[in-house]
Amino acid sequence: MLTQDEIFQKVSTTLVEALNVDETEVKPGATLQGDLGAESIDFLDIVFRLEREFGIKIPRGELFPESIFQGDPELVQNGKVTAKGLDELRAKMPFADLTTFETNPELSRMGDLFTVELITRYVQGKLTPDP
Amino acid sequence: MQWIWIDRFTEFRRGEFARAVKELSLTDELFADHFPGYPVMPAALMLEGLAQTGGMLVGEANDYREKVVLAKIAKVKFHGEALAGDELTYEATVLYVREEGAAVGGKVFANGRELGEAELTFAHIDSARMPQELGDRNFVFTGRLKPLMESIAKLQAAH
Repeated sequence: MLTQDEIFQKVSTTLVEALNVDETEVKPGATLQGDLGAESIDFLDIVFRLEREFGIKIPRGELFPESIFQGDPELVQNGKVTAKGLDELRAKMPFADLTTFETNPELSRMGDLFTVELITRYVQGKLTPDP
Repeated sequence: MQWIWIDRFTEFRRGEFARAVKELSLTDELFADHFPGYPVMPAALMLEGLAQTGGMLVGEANDYREKVVLAKIAKVKFHGEALAGDELTYEATVLYVREEGAAVGGKVFANGRELGEAELTFAHIDSARMPQELGDRNFVFTGRLKPLMESIAKLQAAH
Protein backbone atom coordinates (compact mmCIF):
# COMPACT_ATOMS: atom_id res chain seq x y z
CA MET A 1 0.00 0.00 0.00
CA LEU A 2 1.38 3.37 -1.00
CA THR A 3 1.54 6.14 1.57
CA GLN A 4 -0.08 9.49 0.80
CA ASP A 5 3.37 10.95 0.23
CA GLU A 6 4.28 8.23 -2.25
CA ILE A 7 1.03 8.79 -4.11
CA PHE A 8 1.73 12.52 -4.25
CA GLN A 9 5.23 11.86 -5.63
CA LYS A 10 3.85 9.65 -8.38
CA VAL A 11 1.08 12.13 -9.19
CA SER A 12 3.73 14.82 -9.36
CA THR A 13 5.84 12.78 -11.82
CA THR A 14 2.74 12.18 -13.92
CA LEU A 15 1.92 15.88 -14.08
CA VAL A 16 5.51 16.84 -14.89
CA GLU A 17 5.35 14.46 -17.87
CA ALA A 18 1.87 15.39 -19.03
CA LEU A 19 2.09 19.15 -18.63
CA ASN A 20 5.80 19.68 -19.18
CA VAL A 21 6.10 21.68 -15.96
CA ASP A 22 8.91 21.84 -13.44
CA GLU A 23 8.61 19.56 -10.44
CA THR A 24 8.91 22.53 -8.08
CA GLU A 25 5.68 23.97 -9.53
CA VAL A 26 3.69 20.86 -8.62
CA LYS A 27 2.56 21.80 -5.13
CA PRO A 28 -0.50 20.24 -3.46
CA GLY A 29 -2.55 23.42 -3.79
CA ALA A 30 -1.54 24.19 -7.41
CA THR A 31 -4.54 24.34 -9.76
CA LEU A 32 -4.19 22.32 -12.95
CA GLN A 33 -5.48 25.00 -15.28
CA GLY A 34 -4.52 28.22 -13.53
CA ASP A 35 -1.13 27.32 -12.08
CA LEU A 36 0.04 24.45 -14.27
CA GLY A 37 -1.43 25.58 -17.60
CA ALA A 38 -3.46 22.44 -18.34
CA GLU A 39 -5.86 22.57 -21.29
CA SER A 40 -8.79 20.29 -22.03
CA ILE A 41 -6.80 17.68 -23.97
CA ASP A 42 -4.31 17.46 -21.12
CA PHE A 43 -7.02 16.00 -18.90
CA LEU A 44 -7.29 12.99 -21.19
CA ASP A 45 -3.51 12.63 -21.17
CA ILE A 46 -3.40 12.90 -17.36
CA VAL A 47 -6.09 10.22 -16.98
CA PHE A 48 -4.13 7.84 -19.22
CA ARG A 49 -0.86 8.44 -17.37
CA LEU A 50 -2.49 7.99 -13.96
CA GLU A 51 -4.01 4.70 -15.10
CA ARG A 52 -0.60 3.52 -16.28
CA GLU A 53 1.31 4.81 -13.26
CA PHE A 54 -1.05 3.38 -10.64
CA GLY A 55 -2.59 0.44 -12.50
CA ILE A 56 -6.11 1.78 -11.93
CA LYS A 57 -9.13 2.27 -14.21
CA ILE A 58 -10.57 5.74 -14.47
CA PRO A 59 -13.96 5.73 -16.20
CA ARG A 60 -14.86 8.68 -18.42
CA GLY A 61 -16.01 11.69 -16.43
CA GLU A 62 -15.18 10.26 -13.01
CA LEU A 63 -12.09 12.32 -12.20
CA PHE A 64 -12.83 15.20 -14.57
CA PRO A 65 -16.61 15.40 -15.02
CA GLU A 66 -17.53 17.04 -18.32
CA SER A 67 -20.87 18.59 -17.43
CA ILE A 68 -22.27 18.18 -13.98
CA PHE A 69 -24.93 20.87 -14.12
CA GLN A 70 -26.04 20.70 -17.77
CA GLY A 71 -27.47 24.21 -17.54
CA ASP A 72 -30.04 23.08 -14.94
CA PRO A 73 -31.41 26.27 -13.26
CA GLU A 74 -31.92 24.37 -10.00
CA LEU A 75 -28.22 23.69 -9.83
CA VAL A 76 -26.84 26.97 -11.14
CA GLN A 77 -28.43 30.40 -10.79
CA ASN A 78 -26.94 33.72 -11.90
CA GLY A 79 -23.59 32.11 -12.47
CA LYS A 80 -23.50 30.63 -8.96
CA VAL A 81 -23.83 27.02 -7.91
CA THR A 82 -26.92 26.57 -5.70
CA ALA A 83 -27.08 24.52 -2.49
CA LYS A 84 -28.59 21.70 -4.52
CA GLY A 85 -25.79 22.10 -7.06
CA LEU A 86 -23.22 21.80 -4.28
CA ASP A 87 -24.89 18.58 -3.13
CA GLU A 88 -24.66 17.32 -6.69
CA LEU A 89 -20.95 18.23 -6.73
CA ARG A 90 -20.38 16.36 -3.47
CA ALA A 91 -22.10 13.31 -4.87
CA LYS A 92 -20.23 13.33 -8.19
CA MET A 93 -16.87 14.36 -6.78
CA PRO A 94 -16.60 13.06 -3.22
CA PHE A 95 -12.84 13.51 -3.47
CA ALA A 96 -13.11 17.30 -3.97
CA ASP A 97 -12.54 19.69 -1.08
CA LEU A 98 -15.34 22.24 -1.39
CA THR A 99 -14.53 24.25 1.77
CA THR A 100 -13.17 27.32 -0.04
CA PHE A 101 -15.44 27.02 -3.07
CA GLU A 102 -18.59 26.99 -0.91
CA THR A 103 -17.83 30.48 0.42
CA ASN A 104 -18.22 31.91 -3.09
CA PRO A 105 -19.54 29.18 -5.41
CA GLU A 106 -19.21 31.02 -8.72
CA LEU A 107 -19.37 28.64 -11.64
CA SER A 108 -16.35 30.32 -13.21
CA ARG A 109 -14.28 29.30 -10.17
CA MET A 110 -15.04 25.60 -10.59
CA GLY A 111 -11.75 25.05 -12.40
CA ASP A 112 -9.91 25.95 -9.19
CA LEU A 113 -11.28 22.80 -7.56
CA PHE A 114 -8.99 20.73 -9.74
CA THR A 115 -5.75 20.82 -7.84
CA VAL A 116 -2.81 18.44 -7.45
CA GLU A 117 -4.22 17.57 -4.04
CA LEU A 118 -7.58 16.62 -5.56
CA ILE A 119 -5.89 14.15 -7.89
CA THR A 120 -3.86 12.70 -5.02
CA ARG A 121 -7.03 12.22 -2.97
CA TYR A 122 -8.85 10.69 -5.92
CA VAL A 123 -6.05 8.18 -6.54
CA GLN A 124 -5.88 7.37 -2.85
CA GLY A 125 -9.60 6.58 -2.91
CA LYS A 126 -9.14 4.33 -5.94
CA LEU A 127 -6.30 2.44 -4.26
CA THR A 128 -8.17 1.95 -1.00
CA PRO A 129 -10.27 -1.21 -1.10
CA ASP A 130 -13.98 -0.70 -0.48
CA PRO A 131 -14.99 -1.60 3.08
CA MET B 1 -0.81 20.25 -52.73
CA GLN B 2 -2.27 17.03 -51.33
CA TRP B 3 -2.10 16.91 -47.55
CA ILE B 4 -1.50 13.20 -47.33
CA TRP B 5 1.95 12.23 -46.20
CA ILE B 6 1.70 8.46 -46.46
CA ASP B 7 1.95 6.45 -49.69
CA ARG B 8 0.59 3.17 -48.37
CA PHE B 9 0.23 0.95 -45.33
CA THR B 10 2.44 -2.13 -45.20
CA GLU B 11 1.23 -3.61 -41.91
CA PHE B 12 -1.96 -3.09 -39.98
CA ARG B 13 -3.15 -4.81 -36.83
CA ARG B 14 -6.50 -3.45 -35.75
CA GLY B 15 -6.37 -1.38 -32.58
CA GLU B 16 -2.71 -2.27 -32.03
CA PHE B 17 -0.12 -1.37 -34.61
CA ALA B 18 0.34 0.16 -38.04
CA ARG B 19 3.28 0.64 -40.36
CA ALA B 20 3.17 2.96 -43.35
CA VAL B 21 5.71 4.14 -45.88
CA LYS B 22 6.37 7.32 -47.78
CA GLU B 23 8.88 7.45 -50.59
CA LEU B 24 10.60 10.80 -50.77
CA SER B 25 11.25 11.88 -54.33
CA LEU B 26 13.23 14.79 -55.63
CA THR B 27 10.18 15.63 -57.73
CA ASP B 28 8.09 16.24 -54.58
CA GLU B 29 7.04 19.86 -54.67
CA LEU B 30 8.29 20.70 -51.22
CA PHE B 31 11.92 19.97 -52.04
CA ALA B 32 11.98 22.85 -54.54
CA ASP B 33 12.03 25.20 -51.56
CA HIS B 34 13.18 23.02 -48.69
CA PHE B 35 15.97 23.52 -49.62
CA PRO B 36 17.42 24.21 -53.06
CA GLY B 37 20.51 22.01 -53.25
CA TYR B 38 19.67 20.25 -49.94
CA PRO B 39 16.35 18.38 -50.23
CA VAL B 40 15.63 17.58 -46.58
CA MET B 41 12.23 16.47 -45.27
CA PRO B 42 10.93 18.91 -42.62
CA ALA B 43 10.53 17.24 -39.24
CA ALA B 44 7.09 18.85 -38.87
CA LEU B 45 5.91 16.95 -41.96
CA MET B 46 7.30 13.69 -40.63
CA LEU B 47 5.23 14.33 -37.53
CA GLU B 48 2.23 14.84 -39.79
CA GLY B 49 2.96 11.51 -41.50
CA LEU B 50 3.21 9.84 -38.14
CA ALA B 51 -0.02 11.50 -37.00
CA GLN B 52 -1.77 10.26 -40.14
CA THR B 53 -0.48 6.72 -39.58
CA GLY B 54 -1.57 6.80 -35.93
CA GLY B 55 -4.79 8.68 -36.68
CA MET B 56 -5.91 6.05 -39.17
CA LEU B 57 -4.95 3.30 -36.75
CA VAL B 58 -7.15 4.71 -33.99
CA GLY B 59 -9.86 5.80 -36.45
CA GLU B 60 -10.17 2.29 -37.88
CA ALA B 61 -10.43 0.86 -34.36
CA ASN B 62 -13.85 2.55 -34.21
CA ASP B 63 -14.74 1.85 -37.84
CA TYR B 64 -13.98 5.50 -38.74
CA ARG B 65 -17.01 6.70 -36.78
CA GLU B 66 -15.08 9.20 -34.68
CA LYS B 67 -13.62 12.47 -35.83
CA VAL B 68 -10.03 11.82 -34.86
CA VAL B 69 -8.02 15.00 -34.51
CA LEU B 70 -4.41 15.39 -33.44
CA ALA B 71 -4.61 17.34 -30.19
CA LYS B 72 -1.31 17.02 -28.37
CA ILE B 73 2.26 15.93 -28.84
CA ALA B 74 3.57 15.33 -25.35
CA LYS B 75 7.01 14.20 -26.44
CA VAL B 76 8.94 14.36 -29.65
CA LYS B 77 12.57 13.83 -30.54
CA PHE B 78 14.37 13.77 -33.87
CA HIS B 79 17.96 12.70 -34.05
CA GLY B 80 18.50 12.43 -37.76
CA GLU B 81 17.21 13.68 -41.09
CA ALA B 82 15.72 12.25 -44.25
CA LEU B 83 16.59 13.38 -47.77
CA ALA B 84 14.91 13.01 -51.14
CA GLY B 85 15.53 9.45 -52.33
CA ASP B 86 14.99 7.98 -48.85
CA GLU B 87 12.13 5.72 -47.89
CA LEU B 88 10.37 6.86 -44.74
CA THR B 89 8.66 4.32 -42.54
CA TYR B 90 6.16 5.31 -39.87
CA GLU B 91 5.30 2.97 -37.04
CA ALA B 92 2.44 3.65 -34.64
CA THR B 93 1.58 1.58 -31.59
CA VAL B 94 -1.67 2.18 -29.74
CA LEU B 95 -1.22 3.27 -26.14
CA TYR B 96 -4.96 3.51 -25.52
CA VAL B 97 -8.26 4.07 -27.27
CA ARG B 98 -10.97 5.52 -25.04
CA GLU B 99 -14.32 7.11 -25.70
CA GLU B 100 -12.85 10.59 -25.40
CA GLY B 101 -9.74 10.04 -27.45
CA ALA B 102 -6.66 7.97 -28.05
CA ALA B 103 -2.89 8.02 -27.97
CA VAL B 104 -0.13 6.32 -29.90
CA GLY B 105 3.60 5.97 -29.55
CA GLY B 106 5.28 6.51 -32.90
CA LYS B 107 8.64 6.05 -34.58
CA VAL B 108 10.02 7.32 -37.87
CA PHE B 109 12.71 5.51 -39.85
CA ALA B 110 14.62 6.46 -43.01
CA ASN B 111 15.75 3.36 -44.96
CA GLY B 112 15.41 1.36 -41.75
CA ARG B 113 17.44 3.77 -39.62
CA GLU B 114 15.52 5.30 -36.71
CA LEU B 115 15.17 9.07 -37.07
CA GLY B 116 12.80 10.05 -34.34
CA GLU B 117 10.01 9.21 -31.95
CA ALA B 118 6.93 10.88 -30.58
CA GLU B 119 3.90 10.37 -28.37
CA LEU B 120 0.71 11.67 -29.98
CA THR B 121 -2.67 12.25 -28.35
CA PHE B 122 -5.84 12.40 -30.46
CA ALA B 123 -9.20 13.80 -29.45
CA HIS B 124 -12.50 12.32 -30.60
CA ILE B 125 -14.51 15.38 -31.43
CA ASP B 126 -17.94 13.85 -31.25
CA SER B 127 -20.87 15.71 -32.64
CA ALA B 128 -22.58 15.56 -29.25
CA ARG B 129 -20.16 18.09 -27.92
CA MET B 130 -19.97 20.63 -30.72
CA PRO B 131 -22.73 19.87 -33.21
CA GLN B 132 -23.31 23.45 -34.25
CA GLU B 133 -19.70 24.03 -35.13
CA LEU B 134 -18.78 20.77 -36.80
CA GLY B 135 -21.92 19.24 -38.22
CA ASP B 136 -22.62 15.54 -38.49
CA ARG B 137 -20.36 14.85 -41.42
CA ASN B 138 -17.07 13.18 -40.57
CA PHE B 139 -14.63 15.66 -42.09
CA VAL B 140 -11.63 13.58 -41.07
CA PHE B 141 -12.22 10.28 -42.82
CA THR B 142 -13.40 11.57 -46.18
CA GLY B 143 -12.89 10.48 -49.78
CA ARG B 144 -9.38 11.90 -49.69
CA LEU B 145 -8.31 9.06 -47.46
CA LYS B 146 -10.22 6.39 -49.37
CA PRO B 147 -7.14 4.89 -51.09
CA LEU B 148 -5.46 4.50 -47.71
CA MET B 149 -8.57 3.06 -46.10
CA GLU B 150 -8.72 0.56 -48.94
CA SER B 151 -5.07 -0.36 -48.50
CA ILE B 152 -5.80 -1.05 -44.83
CA ALA B 153 -8.83 -3.17 -45.71
CA LYS B 154 -6.70 -5.19 -48.18
CA LEU B 155 -4.01 -5.84 -45.58
CA GLN B 156 -6.64 -7.01 -43.13
CA ALA B 157 -8.31 -9.26 -45.67
CA ALA B 158 -4.93 -10.83 -46.50
CA HIS B 159 -4.15 -11.42 -42.87
